[in-house]
Amino acid sequence: MLRDITLGQYYPVESPIHRLDPRVKLFGTLIFLVSLFITDNFIGYIPAMIFLIIAIRLSKVPLKYIVKGMRAIVFLLILSVVCNLFLSQGEVIWSFRKLNITKEGIRTAGFMAIRLSFLIVGSSIMTLTTTPNNLTDGMEKGLGFLKVIKVPVHEIAMMMSIALRFIPILTEEADKIMKAQMARGAEFESKSLVKKVKSLVPVLVPLFVSAFRRANDLAMAMEARCYRGGDGRTKMKPLKYKKNDAMAYLAIFMYLSVIIAVRIIF
Amino acid sequence: MSIIVNHVSYSYNPGTPMESKALKDINIVINDGEFLGLIGHTGSGKSTLVQHLNGLIKPTSGEIYYNGKDISDSDFSLKKLRGDVGLVFQYPEHQLFGEDVFSDVCFGPLNKGLSKKDAELKAFAALKQVGIEDEYFYQSPFDLSGGQKRRVAIAGVLAMEPDVLVLDEPTAGLDPAGRDEILEILNNIRKERGCSIVLVSHSMEDVADHADRIVVMNKGSIIFDDVPREVFKHARELDEIGLSVPEVTKAMVRLRKEGFDVDTDVINISEAVETISKCFGI
Repeated sequence: MLRDITLGQYYPVESPIHRLDPRVKLFGTLIFLVSLFITDNFIGYIPAMIFLIIAIRLSKVPLKYIVKGMRAIVFLLILSVVCNLFLSQGEVIWSFRKLNITKEGIRTAGFMAIRLSFLIVGSSIMTLTTTPNNLTDGMEKGLGFLKVIKVPVHEIAMMMSIALRFIPILTEEADKIMKAQMARGAEFESKSLVKKVKSLVPVLVPLFVSAFRRANDLAMAMEARCYRGGDGRTKMKPLKYKKNDAMAYLAIFMYLSVIIAVRIIF
Repeated sequence: MSIIVNHVSYSYNPGTPMESKALKDINIVINDGEFLGLIGHTGSGKSTLVQHLNGLIKPTSGEIYYNGKDISDSDFSLKKLRGDVGLVFQYPEHQLFGEDVFSDVCFGPLNKGLSKKDAELKAFAALKQVGIEDEYFYQSPFDLSGGQKRRVAIAGVLAMEPDVLVLDEPTAGLDPAGRDEILEILNNIRKERGCSIVLVSHSMEDVADHADRIVVMNKGSIIFDDVPREVFKHARELDEIGLSVPEVTKAMVRLRKEGFDVDTDVINISEAVETISKCFGI
């Protein structure tokens, strides 16, 4: 049931992308997201698509697996397409009562659909190829300069890694509780919304109780090992840049210049 | 009211690198009124198997028949099956949610479609059977002790009056007294209600005394399926897969080695007392 949520779940295979330093992947993802917003015409999406295809190919994550994770946002995608299609002003080409489809509407709808799906695929490649631990390590190191202005970078990174770590634990727990209540005759596939919400009470109450219990246990365990924040803490595996990382940075900058060039030329 | 598991296999995450075969070609028959012990090490697939018994998991291949009907048939009511085959999960106390003990236990029978009054009668009987006193009925389930919570959770399934009661490690994390209490309750349930019981455990001690038959699983396959006495004769094989025979059986084997003329196929304390007395001519 809930196991089907693949969005942002690490996919364990050996690949050049998996081996990259998390800072490179974070930076690359950021640049990719920015590039999607720089682009203002369809031609700009061609280099973006090429960049994405190369990244997917290199990552060795099957396309099917990535697409499966996209199912969660299908509703959002359709909503944005429909809104853009009917609510844009401009040259009307088809109308039904008060609903108008305009030329501009079709253009924006297509544009938004591509932008949104690239956004999701791009960021899920990062999470699919980087373990949560690595990701927060990268974030902590990459944003280390913010410590100067008193931003508690380590604490934020720690909170993030705990949150990420708990996602699979809690989905598994929710799955188990749902099954246990189903074994007691509970039904979750009701048509009426009120009934549906009501049927979730036997799942949500134990889930909250369990989340609090786990949080408590974790805090206790950290306390017992004298955890007291980031000051003076060292890492067992400190992040170090390698040759591949430099090449990846180069590729990212090249991609960015292509996108900017496309924007200026067309 | 028998359950037949016919050539059932199951894989988690099929078609991904995380794929793992949890069950491989399992065949079991669970007869009427039988007390079956299902033993296996962590990860042997026993929890996965029991979730098949009430249709929570669909087998990747193979069939499961309840009273001669295939439970994956489209016209088979899984809801009714879940009332007939009651499944108590591991750490069932983690699934309590009611405002008070009584309403939590009523959840199952009400889902079964019983009237409020009938549901309350069943809940009352179930709570009595697991030894929860009236004074606790209107307390929050979260205020009870660990052992009490577990008994309330078992009552929650028992109140549905299942024909087959399946319990996944009901004694896990309890002290010896709590463990004996639960096993005693199960024995009484079986005597009074005549339902079959499937007890999943990794400890031979739990099942040695009460089970009519023991099924031993290892790495998703069944390796022994016999009466306890016969299964315990395979002490060495059991040892190899990280399980062991009950302590008293071990003690008898040791005594035999030291030259005492005792029977080695004893499975509980009273039998041990008997054979030792005989050996000393008392």
